[in-house]
Amino acid sequence: MIYFDNAASSWPKPPEVISAMNDFMERVGANPGRSGHQASLKAGRIVLKTREAVAELFNIKDPSRVIFTLNGTYGLNLGIKGLLKAGDHVVLTSMEHNSVMRPLRYLEKMKKVKLTIIYCQRDGQLNLEDLRKTLEGKVTLVIATHASNVTGGIMPLKEIGKLVKIEGGLFMVDACQSAGSLPLDLDEMGIDLLAFTGHKGMLGPQGVGGLYIREGIELEPLVQGGTGSNSGEELQPEFFPDRYESGTLNTVGVAGLGAGVEFLLRIRIEEIRKKEEALIRTLIEGMKEIEGIEIYGPEDPENRIAICSFNFKGRDPAEVGYLLDREFGIMCRVGLHCAPAAHRTIGTYPQGTVRFSLGYFNREEEVYTALNALRKVKEMTG
Amino acid sequence: MKEKKGCIITFPTVHQALRAEKILTQYKFMVTVLPVPREISSDCGIAIKFSGEDETRIKTILDDSNVKIEGIHYLKGKKVEEEGQN
Repeated sequence: MIYFDNAASSWPKPPEVISAMNDFMERVGANPGRSGHQASLKAGRIVLKTREAVAELFNIKDPSRVIFTLNGTYGLNLGIKGLLKAGDHVVLTSMEHNSVMRPLRYLEKMKKVKLTIIYCQRDGQLNLEDLRKTLEGKVTLVIATHASNVTGGIMPLKEIGKLVKIEGGLFMVDACQSAGSLPLDLDEMGIDLLAFTGHKGMLGPQGVGGLYIREGIELEPLVQGGTGSNSGEELQPEFFPDRYESGTLNTVGVAGLGAGVEFLLRIRIEEIRKKEEALIRTLIEGMKEIEGIEIYGPEDPENRIAICSFNFKGRDPAEVGYLLDREFGIMCRVGLHCAPAAHRTIGTYPQGTVRFSLGYFNREEEVYTALNALRKVKEMTG
Repeated sequence: MKEKKGCIITFPTVHQALRAEKILTQYKFMVTVLPVPREISSDCGIAIKFSGEDETRIKTILDDSNVKIEGIHYLKGKKVEEEGQN
């Protein structure tokens, strides 16, 4: 069995993630920040530790600006809907996931927010000159993914951040696919809002994600409710992080995420990147030698995370994915990957692609096994 | 000068209170996290108690660490005396 679907959810997780979650369930269990008793304080300390670990991973000075949410989509929705008002202008790339595209399309319809989508090149990479020209008008917010979930292509965040700073407006990044796989320095990249998910490269469980909000930026919360603080007051508190964290957190998930991030900090992102880049390079070099395979995304593996979208010319990706799974035990994702505009950009709409997404725990032997499987799949109906 | 037996710091959020606890423990101060006594009104349900002698140093450290505090209260026997909200 080979797991090549890490871009949907990474697997396996480091053992310490599982033991942190188990520990919480067995020994703590209480609600963080609600009561003054010892178990509640323990739960609160686990949440604080995770918040601080995430802040360290992204070079964030004030951990209270890291908001925990249900997942990356919720974080993106909080940033987008909490910020934008009627008449605002948003610039985004055509490689954005539906978790960015759909809330924006909704606001376009309901609040008359103006959208400008910058179509990327055929390999899914952004032409910075196209962005620069668009930014000459009045722009409220620029949104870019750090790495495409379809091609794996890495966006030049530092350069985008510089352009946004020069032209004005805020810069929001969707790091769901890259956090834990690529270095992220929010100051250096000029990022104002950053959404992340816990269950992919950050190696935590499903059901936890978040949003970082830079100092000085005020967002409207998406929901109001109990925070454990300011209980005598019927209005939502103003303080971070409580203002955006109504309702009990997924504390067991936060505990797991904390252990995942501590694993990343210990191994170091640079090491993780080195390993993942070597794996994807081996995979792509091998695939290039198989006739009839079309590989999408940037030519040089240096410019992508460990994702490779491909097709056998003239064949249905769903059929290829089915054969890989049932005949060879290789699990991957086929179709449109919730990013129709990205597939239009690379010319694979509506059939989509077969996507292999690798992670830190994949091994080189698995890549060779998969290459053999691809050669056999080619013979099977080709 | 009034005699200071103990101090209680209150915080706007649990996040700030637990951060203060962590930092002060790292500096080896003897601190106790406790539910906010009834006589004090606070936005967050937990507070930190410590010896009045450490007040100035603790205030400086928390300020340098960017921990937001809400108020400082002095314990005089069982009575709590408040000194200016922050």
